[in-house]
This record gives sequence, structure tokens and C-alpha cells, in this order.
Amino acid sequence: MSVLVYVEQVEGKFKKSVFEAVSYAKALADQQGTSLSAISIGNVADSELNELGKYGASKVLKVEADQLKNFVNQAYASVIAEAAKKENANIVVLSNSFSGKGLAPRVAVKLEAGLIDGAVELPSSDFSVKKTAFSGKAFAITTLTSANKVIALNPNAFGVKENPTNIAIEAFSPEVKSSDLAAMVKEIVRATNKVSLPDAEIVVSGGRGLKGPENWGMVEELADLLGAATACSKPVSDADWRPHSEHVGQTGIAISPNLYIAIGISGAIQHLAGVSSSKVIVVINKDPEAPFFKVADYGIVGDAFEVVPKIIAALKAHKG
Amino acid sequence: MKILVCISNVPDTTTKITFTADNTQFNTAGVQYIVNPYDEIALSRAIELCEGGKGTVTVVNVGESSTEPTIRKALAIGADDAVRINAAPRDAYFVAKQIAEYAKSNEFDMILCGRESIDYNGSQVAAMIGEFLDIPSVSIIKKLDYDGSTATIEREIEGGKEVLSVNGKFVASCAEGTAEAKIPNMRGIMSARTKPLQTIEAVNVPEMSKISKFETPAPRGSVKLIPAESAEELIGLLHTEAKVI
Ligand SMILES: Cc1cc2nc3c(=O)[nH]c(=O)nc-3n(C[C@H](O)[C@H](O)[C@H](O)COP(=O)(O)OP(=O)(O)OC[C@H]3O[C@@H](n4cnc5c(N)ncnc54)[C@H](O)[C@@H]3O)c2cc1C
Ligand SMILES: Nc1ncnc2c1ncn2[C@@H]1O[C@H](COP(=O)(O)O)[C@@H](O)[C@H]1O
Repeated sequence: MSVLVYVEQVEGKFKKSVFEAVSYAKALADQQGTSLSAISIGNVADSELNELGKYGASKVLKVEADQLKNFVNQAYASVIAEAAKKENANIVVLSNSFSGKGLAPRVAVKLEAGLIDGAVELPSSDFSVKKTAFSGKAFAITTLTSANKVIALNPNAFGVKENPTNIAIEAFSPEVKSSDLAAMVKEIVRATNKVSLPDAEIVVSGGRGLKGPENWGMVEELADLLGAATACSKPVSDADWRPHSEHVGQTGIAISPNLYIAIGISGAIQHLAGVSSSKVIVVINKDPEAPFFKVADYGIVGDAFEVVPKIIAALKAHKG
Repeated sequence: MKILVCISNVPDTTTKITFTADNTQFNTAGVQYIVNPYDEIALSRAIELCEGGKGTVTVVNVGESSTEPTIRKALAIGADDAVRINAAPRDAYFVAKQIAEYAKSNEFDMILCGRESIDYNGSQVAAMIGEFLDIPSVSIIKKLDYDGSTATIEREIEGGKEVLSVNGKFVASCAEGTAEAKIPNMRGIMSARTKPLQTIEAVNVPEMSKISKFETPAPRGSVKLIPAESAEELIGLLHTEAKVI
């Protein structure tokens, strides 16, 4: 029995969500009285792999095969399942990222394991795990009754916790079936200068109240100053003012940042569904009756075109 | 070309979510059910790909007879026929296994799902079907083209996109961008009544998980209002009080 955590690399680096998954997996291993190994696929320098020790992994299996350079969920799932067998792991932890969502279900089927997607807490003694449901309108406490278990952890749910451990790096080269490589990655386009929305700690979001795409300059400036990602309501992306990838809510991305700033968004139930698990919510809206104020921590009733520049100026002063 | 589209029957997006029986059951009283919004996107793309006699679209739902109005809605949007696998959808593993078993005995070129069902938000079913059938799966796609044997697919990744090419059969879960959701017209609604809807029995699947309880998020304290004239105070409060910047 042991716990295995999959550490997703992006261009050879680990993101915060990976360290969070390792922190969670370490706490889970401690709770189960067992050890934690990690599995890394793709080219990652040993110095980067060593970072995993900081958060409690005592071993990392590194798989560097050329044909596994790009993420292909079918092949990666096989490798992770092989690693779980090798490590005698009965619990596999991953991040509930875009790639994680395509990977965890395949790993679960391979291991005949029950799967919790979107976990937000450690399991209780009977292996019940709290997860988000109904697009953030509720939580479902789900009990895994299978012997093997897979957990996909929501970003920002557990936090990064240091737990320095000596880590051993071990090369691992399981066989990869060619049929596992039937999907081929042709191109990857990544905006490197932008904070990605699902794992952003701060999100600045704009709605129809901003009148048009030409007014997003102040949203972006505020986001830049805060190191935040930008988001929008559905009508804004429907009108092509902003890309679909920024649309949050019930039919967009569900997010749970530490701080969500909503500018000119009314707070319709479908919008709230995707953002209400944010830790702190700030609402700027000229209508005091806007439903969003009911779920806000801080509110400013006023015209965004006057309020936001003031906030930007104050933030610049604050940062010195 | 034959396309299978998986549709789930979910509470309307405006539903106020409440629970009964000591928070162990979802309260279905007065709830309106709809085709999962992402599945409408998947279905609409499937119909587009088959336009002009290029193929047929079958929809499948794992559900009890109460889901039939939702299945008829999918037929009204433009699916050619439908299959209901007669069982309450226990969890994603159960649902995916049922659909995979059905797909094994019927030849489909591709299977399309929604990115997630808006009730339990698993994002699990598509990739599980792929694994049960041992074929590729691509999750959270925003573009899908097909030339009869090779699919070109764009999927979302953190801060960008990835373009993949897939040969042969595959499963994909569709998000916004893949298609505009089609709205049924009068002719569609009329013809949906007579389109074939077959019911088949479920296979046995071991239990993997069960929901033991629901919780609703803790209510937030009341909002602290800052006058617009002194909007700059927000920064101090976020720094010293909320400690988030
Ligand atoms: C099936 C379905 C799914 C949906 N899914 C989603 C979803 O995932 N995400 C989503 O966001 N929506 C979703 N919606 C749409 C949702 O119901 C609302 O229509 C939408 O959220 C409204 O967007 P908005 O708040 O930007 O626009 P509006 O509702 O038009 O609100 C604009 C707000 O801006 C304020 N305002 C105007 N001018 C100013 C100013 N100068 N300064 C400050 N404030 C100003 C107004 O007071 C108003 O409150 C969905 C709807 C359906 C039916
Ligand atoms: N009961 C069901 N019957 C048919 N398809 C389903 C069912 N539940 C989920 N799906 C499909 O799987 C997708 C993802 O669902 P989920 O994994 O539950 O988030 C949905 O968008 C549907 O396409």
C-alpha cells in the first residue's frame, strides 16, 4: 500500500498546482500511515524533480521516453497505472487540471478504481471525500468503496504545504504500446505571459456592464498589477468581446481563486455557480440591487469607469 | 459515418439546489430537466458533420424512463435515433461502462460527450468510455473537424490550446466553441415523436463510489460596502483585513 502522485510538467517545469497535489498526497499518505512516491513523465531536469521533496515526496519515478514528450492521455494513463502497480500504490492523486480531467478517468478504469474528481478536502476515516457538485452550488460527500482509489484535486483547495523529505530519483521505462499513441499532438499554443485562469490565485472579471471590448484595458491593467488572470461573463464571450476560454460560470470554467473581482457583472445564478467558491469576492456594480452583492465580501456601488481607475491608482501607490 | 452522442438529463441551470432526507437526496420537487448544455453542443456538432447525408447521429442516455422527454428533445434538435439504457446512472464508471458495452456491439466512427454534466461535474464519462473501448479520448475540446478517417481536434489547455490529430475511432468531450447549440424547430419537434427510441437493459457493474451526503456552501457574511468616492480604500482592506493581496 502506498500513495502515488502524478506530477504534470509544463515545458519541463512544475506549477503551483503540482506542489499542491504533492502536499495533499503527502498529508493523505501520512493519514494512511504509508509512503508517497511521485511519477513524472516528459523531460524534467533533476533539479526540478528534487523540488518535489520539499513537499513530502520521498521518491520520484521519472519517465523520459521520446514518444512521451507530449501529453497523450492514453499513453500517460498506461504509464501511471504501471507506476501504481510497481509502487504497490492503492491511491493515485492528480491535479484536476485540463489534462488531469482527461487522464484521471482512464487511470481509474485501468486500476478498477473509484474516482473523485474535484476533491476539495482530505478523505475522512471511511474514505469519504468532499467534492464540488452542481457547478459549485453544492458539495457531494462521496465515499469510495473500491479497493483502489483515484483522486483529482481542485486547484487552490488544499494549499501548498512544505514538508521537506529526502527524495530519490529513479528512472522508470515501462513499455508503451503503439496503440496508446494513436492521438498525435500537432501543435501547442500557449500564451506564456498570461496567468492561466483555472489555477490563478486572483481573477479580475468583466461583464456586459463594461459596454464593449475596447474598455477591457482597465481590466487588464488591474489584473497585471495584481498578477491576476482575466475572466468574463457568458454574454461577453458570446459577443466575442473576449475569448471563450475566459468565460466562467455554470457553462464555462468553474474557478475558486483567493480573490475574485467582478466588474459590471449582475451575478446571475449561472455565473455565481462557477465563482461562488472563491474565498473573497469583490463586486463593483452601479446597481445597488445587483444580485452579486448578496454573495460579495466587499462591494462598491458605482460606475466602473470611475471606480476602477481609482483602485488602479491606489494599487500603484500601495505597491510603491 | 455514424456518430454516437451521449446525453445526460440534468436540472435546468436556474434550479435552486436543495436536498432532502437529511441531506442525502437531491430534492427533485419542481425541478425542470434539460439536455445537459454541453451535450447540446456535442449533438449540434455531430449533426453538422452529418449534414447532407454524410452520416447518422444516434443519441444514448443512461437513465430511467423519466428521462425520455430529454431524449425526445435531442431527437427534435436533429438526432436520427435514440437508445436509452434502462438504469439510474449510479456514477460515471457505471454510465461509461454501459455506453462502452453498447458501442462495442454497434459500429460508431466517433463518440461525443459534453465536457461535463452540470449536476455532478465529473468530466469523467468520455475518457472512461475511451479506456473501456481502448481507443483515444480527448477531453474538453473546442473544435472538431473530420475528413472521414482522421479527426483534427483542438483542446483547451491552461493558458492556451493544443491541436491533435486522431486516426480511427475516438471519443471526445465537447466544450463551447465546438458548435453553436441548435434550437429545435417545429418540424424537428413533430418528427421527434416518431423517431426510433430503443430501450435496452443495463449490464452489471461493480460499485465504485456512492454519494453519502450533500452540503451547501457556508453562507457568506454580509457585504461590506465601500463608498464609490473612496474606492481606493478597497486596496487597504484587501491587504490588511482580507489578506489576499
Ligand atoms: C443555460 C444557461 C447557462 C448560462 N451559463 C452562464 C455562465 O456559465 N456564465 C455566465 O456568466 N452566465 C451564464 N448564463 C447567462 C446568465 O444568465 C446571465 O445572463 C449573465 O451572467 C449576465 O452577464 P452580465 O452580468 O455580464 O450581464 P448583465 O446581466 O447585462 O449585467 C450587467 C451588469 O453591469 C452593471 N453595469 C452596467 N453599467 C455599469 C457601469 N458603468 N459600472 C458598473 N456596473 C455597470 C449592471 O448594473 C448589471 O448588473 C447562462 C444562461 C443560461 C440560460
Ligand atoms: N446518464 C448519462 N447518460 C448518457 N451520457 C451521459 C450520462 N451522464 C453523463 N453522460 C455524458 O458524459 C458527459 C460528461 O459527464 P460527467 O462525466 O458526468 O461530467 C456528459 O456531458 C454526457 O455527454
